[in-house]
Amino acid sequence: MAARVAVVVFPGTNCEHDVVTAMERVGAEASLVWHGDRDLGPADAVVLPGGFAHGDYLRPGALARFSPVMEAVARFAAEGGPVVGICNGFQVLTEAGLLPGALVKNRGLRFVCAPARVRVDSDRSVLTAGLPLGTTLSVPVNHFSGSYVCDPATLARLRDGGQVVLRYLENPNGSVDDIAGVANAAGNVVGLMPHPERAVDALLGSADGQLLLRALVQQAAGVRAA
Amino acid sequence: MRFAARVEVRLRPGIADPEGATIERALPALGFEGVRDVRAGRSFRFEVDAADEGEARRRAEELAHRLLANPVIEDSVLELAPVEGA
Repeated sequence: MAARVAVVVFPGTNCEHDVVTAMERVGAEASLVWHGDRDLGPADAVVLPGGFAHGDYLRPGALARFSPVMEAVARFAAEGGPVVGICNGFQVLTEAGLLPGALVKNRGLRFVCAPARVRVDSDRSVLTAGLPLGTTLSVPVNHFSGSYVCDPATLARLRDGGQVVLRYLENPNGSVDDIAGVANAAGNVVGLMPHPERAVDALLGSADGQLLLRALVQQAAGVRAA
Repeated sequence: MRFAARVEVRLRPGIADPEGATIERALPALGFEGVRDVRAGRSFRFEVDAADEGEARRRAEELAHRLLANPVIEDSVLELAPVEGA
């Protein structure tokens, strides 16, 4: 049976259908879960897609963190379930304290919307498991607040623990240490600014996002079998 | 009792502030010389009903820490004053 992926929709989320289509393309069953629900339904993995949850008012992700569904997401993550936040979803996960650090306005106040080359620098996450270190992927970025920051002690911990899973080859936003994606210590919660769901077909310029999403689906299936 | 709260949220020292930097760069073109260290922040105002000032302060600070500011990147400063006649 296919892995089941719950795709969370906040008011203002706008990448949920892309994520559902991309997840189906890599063999998963995907369904939408409204932010007001307290239950994720049957899920082997959770994706928080991009967009502008709650209008990005206050700070991106600041209000989404208090949506009822986030308690279920936090519980799912605490039980070891794979959780991935893409772009705005990454911002939500940092605001919710499920990932370290924060995302601030891009260097130079520049909105970036372009293909980005990223390198897999750790396979200790549900999004990069099984991918050879050093693998270079082309995945688009599309954000205004994607500059990753954290204090030096946290950065050292992330580096030592293999929690920096993706780095930009050309830093588009001023992120510390060129960080494009990080995982929690256990590796089951991952956030990234690039949009793998927008790179699932050569027609879109790249199909590299499939490698990440396939890894997630395999991990989700593994959780289910366990 | 009712208290008027004002919370100023600003980026912590060491966190890059592209907004403040952009404003600062624009100043010479407008004829403002000798202005430095521009930092952008946000200000929030709200009123709190509480038994006394201590309770009002505690609740307003909790609100500031849990929601208005992200402690990873921001500091907050609270000012509190009783609302006369409320």
